[in-house]
Amino acid sequence: MHFNQLTIHELQKKIKEGSATATQITESVFSRIDAVEERVHSYIRLMKEGALADAAKADEDIQKGDIKPLTGIPVALKDILCTKGTLTTCGSRILHNFIPPYNATVVEKLKAAGAIFVGKANMDEFAMGSSTETSCFGPTRNPWDLERIPGGSSGGSAAAVAADECIASLGSDTGGSIRQPAALCGVIGMKPTYGRVSRFGLIAFASSLDQIGPFTKDVEDCAIMMNVLAGYDPKESTSVDMAVPDYREFVGRDIKGWKIGIPKEYFIEGIDPEVTAAIKKAISVIEQSGGQCVDISLPHTQYCVAVYYIIAPAEASSNLARYDGVRYGFRATDVRELLEMYKKSRGQGFGAEVKRRVMIGTYALSAGYYDAYYKKGSQVRALIKKDFEEAFKQCDVILTPTTPTPAFKIGEKTDDPLQMYLSDVFTISANLAGIPGVSVPCGYSSGGLPIGLQFLAGHFEEGKLIQVSSAYETNAKIEKRRPAL
Amino acid sequence: MKISPQEVEYVAHLARLELAEEEKGKLTAQLNNILIYIDKLNELDTGSVTPLSHAIAVTNAFREDTVEDSIGTESSLANAPDIRGDFFRVPKVID
Repeated sequence: MHFNQLTIHELQKKIKEGSATATQITESVFSRIDAVEERVHSYIRLMKEGALADAAKADEDIQKGDIKPLTGIPVALKDILCTKGTLTTCGSRILHNFIPPYNATVVEKLKAAGAIFVGKANMDEFAMGSSTETSCFGPTRNPWDLERIPGGSSGGSAAAVAADECIASLGSDTGGSIRQPAALCGVIGMKPTYGRVSRFGLIAFASSLDQIGPFTKDVEDCAIMMNVLAGYDPKESTSVDMAVPDYREFVGRDIKGWKIGIPKEYFIEGIDPEVTAAIKKAISVIEQSGGQCVDISLPHTQYCVAVYYIIAPAEASSNLARYDGVRYGFRATDVRELLEMYKKSRGQGFGAEVKRRVMIGTYALSAGYYDAYYKKGSQVRALIKKDFEEAFKQCDVILTPTTPTPAFKIGEKTDDPLQMYLSDVFTISANLAGIPGVSVPCGYSSGGLPIGLQFLAGHFEEGKLIQVSSAYETNAKIEKRRPAL
Repeated sequence: MKISPQEVEYVAHLARLELAEEEKGKLTAQLNNILIYIDKLNELDTGSVTPLSHAIAVTNAFREDTVEDSIGTESSLANAPDIRGDFFRVPKVID
């Protein structure tokens, strides 16, 4: 039995029946890692010793009948999440030796729910990228085609779930960094509402956009993970103190009478025809499931990427000012004075994409340019949020493609930053508006690459996303394939 | 030209980034392309729009002023590249 191929709810059933132990499940995950990790490179660091020790402890708990929602479930963590005593690099040379003195709140929550940590997943440096190619530890490869990127920035977290190198994982999403890799790797990925999940211990990229969320193998698992992750955290002042529903209750409910908004601005020129075809098919599945598709308009969609590439770098340039070679991380040697130390440590410690964004952000915030860029961007951001408020008066959820194309080739867009940025064209709007979104597999290209479907909902409506995704998953009956690794 | 090589040097100084000559040239070209793309925002008249900096309305989050455990000096210094006693050590700031 390949336990590593199963879902959380399937494994929990086996644990309760006594037909699987936490140790067996964890061992099956690590034997899969032994077989494929060299080719896929989902992880920056494995936590095998601790995982097996935690699995043994979990088995003792199971014997006593103490089974929590994630007891015995091996989970991967994006290397942007602080893990006490375990290296946390954010994919960057500047944090190559950083050992956090505390755990991120989500890490504490997973631990309390019984999860076993497999390792720290690879990512674009400081989550800046759409392909996991900017990691200073080298790229992750798409399990469906090793010549292609897995998406990013949470590419390692998505690839690990797709390659059955873990059961579920955590990523972070600032402009699509959960949903885009989920789509390109054929798994479920949810970005919750801004404020739904605590960001305490998430290394900051763009603080008004960042949000942590899960990657899973099916929708029910997504609900199980969200039950563990969501909720107010006194340590995180932007987390929202609001009751959290039981997301599992939304699984299996129908969507009869629901209105599903189809925004015309998301069906633009340049979308791969196979993606368009898969989305059209998904729309008919939604209609067969009792949903009514309505045409809507999000008129400022074409400005999302431009707004994002002001706001995210501006916030990043401020957040990344802390990497100064004084308190932690990389410090350049052979320097004589302080200013030189700052410049050399940052110049040598950051990779090309991080420098590019710090430069854009610093420029956009500098004297004389603030009004033209940051203020202008924040004004258009207000218009984008308003677009969604108007749209959700006419529909329950919105349906779009997650990405314009299936996974592209490694190296294809690394020399053209703007083309790379445009691969996030359908996911950025949700971060700017703070709304939740989920990517659900909706088929394969003729070349066998996964295609993703995105649902968006209003603030704190993750339950609706679970419900519509679950109805879609049940009725679409997408053929279950596994990457041929 | 939206941004000149001299401006790139100035911004790099503000950002405390040492760039190699080759990087400066490449960045000048790339930043120009990105800034030209961003210019499309000027198609929109936003004169009367209030800027949005946070998607969810939040006000200041206060808590009771009670003393709680913190991580302590030893773990605060544990990741530092250079320390002396209980201090972070840096190259000299003034002559």
